Amino acid sequence: MDIGSILSNALAAAIGLDTIIYALAALGLNIQFGYAGLLNFGQAAFVAIGSYGIASMVTIAGLPFGVGIVVGLLASVLFALLLGIPTLRLRADYLAIATIAASEVVRLLARSNSLGAYTGGSNGLTGFAEGFYDLNPFPAGTYGFGPFQNNERTTWIFLVGWVLVALVALATWAIMRSPWGRVLKGIREDEDAVRALGKNVYAYKMQALVLGGLVGTLSGFVFSLGRAAVQPDNYATAFTFFTYTVLLLGGAARVLGPVVGAAIFWVVLSLTDGLLRGAIAAGWVPDGLMTTTQVGQVRFMLVGLALMLLMIYRPQGIFGDRRELALDGR
Amino acid sequence: MAGDTHAPAAAEGTRKQAATRALADVPRVPGAKKPDPVIVADGVVRRFGGLTAVSVEHVEIQRGAITALIGPNGAGKTTFFNLLTGFDRPDEGQWSFDGTDLARVPAHKVARRGMVRTFQLTKALSRLTVLQNMLLGASGQKGESLLRAAFAGIWRSQEKANTERALELLGRFKLDTKASDFAGSLSGGQRKLLEMARALMSDPQVVMLDEPMAGVNPALTQSLLGHVKDLREQGMTVLFVEHDMDMVRDISDWVVVMAQGKVVAEGPPDSVMADPAVIEAYLGGHHDVSLSDDSAAAELEKTVEAEVEAEIAADEHEKGRHQS
Repeated sequence: MDIGSILSNALAAAIGLDTIIYALAALGLNIQFGYAGLLNFGQAAFVAIGSYGIASMVTIAGLPFGVGIVVGLLASVLFALLLGIPTLRLRADYLAIATIAASEVVRLLARSNSLGAYTGGSNGLTGFAEGFYDLNPFPAGTYGFGPFQNNERTTWIFLVGWVLVALVALATWAIMRSPWGRVLKGIREDEDAVRALGKNVYAYKMQALVLGGLVGTLSGFVFSLGRAAVQPDNYATAFTFFTYTVLLLGGAARVLGPVVGAAIFWVVLSLTDGLLRGAIAAGWVPDGLMTTTQVGQVRFMLVGLALMLLMIYRPQGIFGDRRELALDGR
Repeated sequence: MAGDTHAPAAAEGTRKQAATRALADVPRVPGAKKPDPVIVADGVVRRFGGLTAVSVEHVEIQRGAITALIGPNGAGKTTFFNLLTGFDRPDEGQWSFDGTDLARVPAHKVARRGMVRTFQLTKALSRLTVLQNMLLGASGQKGESLLRAAFAGIWRSQEKANTERALELLGRFKLDTKASDFAGSLSGGQRKLLEMARALMSDPQVVMLDEPMAGVNPALTQSLLGHVKDLREQGMTVLFVEHDMDMVRDISDWVVVMAQGKVVAEGPPDSVMADPAVIEAYLGGHHDVSLSDDSAAAELEKTVEAEVEAEIAADEHEKGRHQS
């Protein structure tokens, strides 16, 4: 078993494309769920809207990639309003039901035959990312050091992705320390109390939903451009659940929680994957127990186990404040 | 007329005397006209399915006085409270606050106009600190708009002024040492105090307290009573729902009695408690029926059962609303 390359892969995963994608998606979810207490179970749809915004506009409509960005962002705002207007006046669970259903509707529409002309159906779309890579200032070559070595294309998308993560985290910090952020946290605790103090709770929840959705859409841009392909089944409910895992792992309602959570999530996945495969290859695990084809599933079981242990022994996540969580609201 | 509402911070009791004087000539009948009403409600009806929970023909609340709203369980006091503050919508009816129409205005706008309420089950925001709870109560904050939130320079000075005011109020309520603690770590009585202090952050005209004494340690009762009286001395109008008759007698200038959704009696505390309509409302209309007479007893049993069912229905509806 090559421990060196397993560790090097795990380290590379800490700053990899998946980490950026999930960090951004979870940063958006943090605004909605972490601060405002909105149960958005459709974050995958916001990501899909960002991905397809670029892919459809460039590949199908033949428009420049900047148009795809604008269309993605506008569509995401529209989608958030569509979800929020009927549900945000109701009890919290209605938003959860509506968002999980709407997110599946988006995915199934994207992979349907009838819309295939616009979305590429179940095959998805490719060939839309060149506009983005044409902007790449790095000449061809390899950049980085040690385990973090990449070609010029990957370096470019990593740079853009991490700049986005940094900007979103900075913006989250700036607005959450403000009185606006305080109202949001109040709503998370008890919206009637906040209403009784003269705040328009509905408007605040809508703002949080739209804002978190927009950040999810940014994740979609990185997702589609980084892979240079979109495929509808990447935006299934599992994406949303992993995003929740990432958020809880890092600690909800903490600015950097989602970023650290995403890094840990992907490092652990890479590490367990490498170790299990290595152990099977070395013959330490009998074939009857596990084969290499099952490793992909087993590592998610281990992540599930780790999450359970975390919830039991450190329910506040890595960054959370235990005192805050220990208080019983009612 | 409570002519001295504009007088400088009056000595203890001055405003009580003013309120007592103003209400002295008001007839002791349900729906009596007050000399200077701040809230006037007309024909307010709220039905839950077949049950009419509130059906108030006319009621006026005197400005600058402490008015108690009492009545047996299921009388519709809290429902009426929810209606007045915009937390529930009436089937029929109008009411005005300080001369402007307030019916069907959403709850947050009611609060912004100067009518702030507290809740029967305290709603201290437990995962915010005591100070943050207080700051949330301040009105007209520039930094509460998303567009300005990111630019601390715009709201920092206002935030500082609000913080000073919050600390001063916390001092008055003896919570200043707890300012940086999470509100969830406070005792039940302290949470009631915090909720009241938080409501005062917006300088309201009318403070509506839903059972301020429920679940409060007796040691804190006197201090809470003092704070409620203090609100009147500062020129605010107080309307409160309460079950504790000693408290009602002690602090209220005027008492409105509700039973089965209607206002059945009004008057100063002493005269109201002697009113036969009030005794009937609390003890039931059947307390003089002999139970030895079988037919009368059977009939009584039926009516009582029907009433109990109606009350249960109202309670369940209420519970459903709380969960929603």
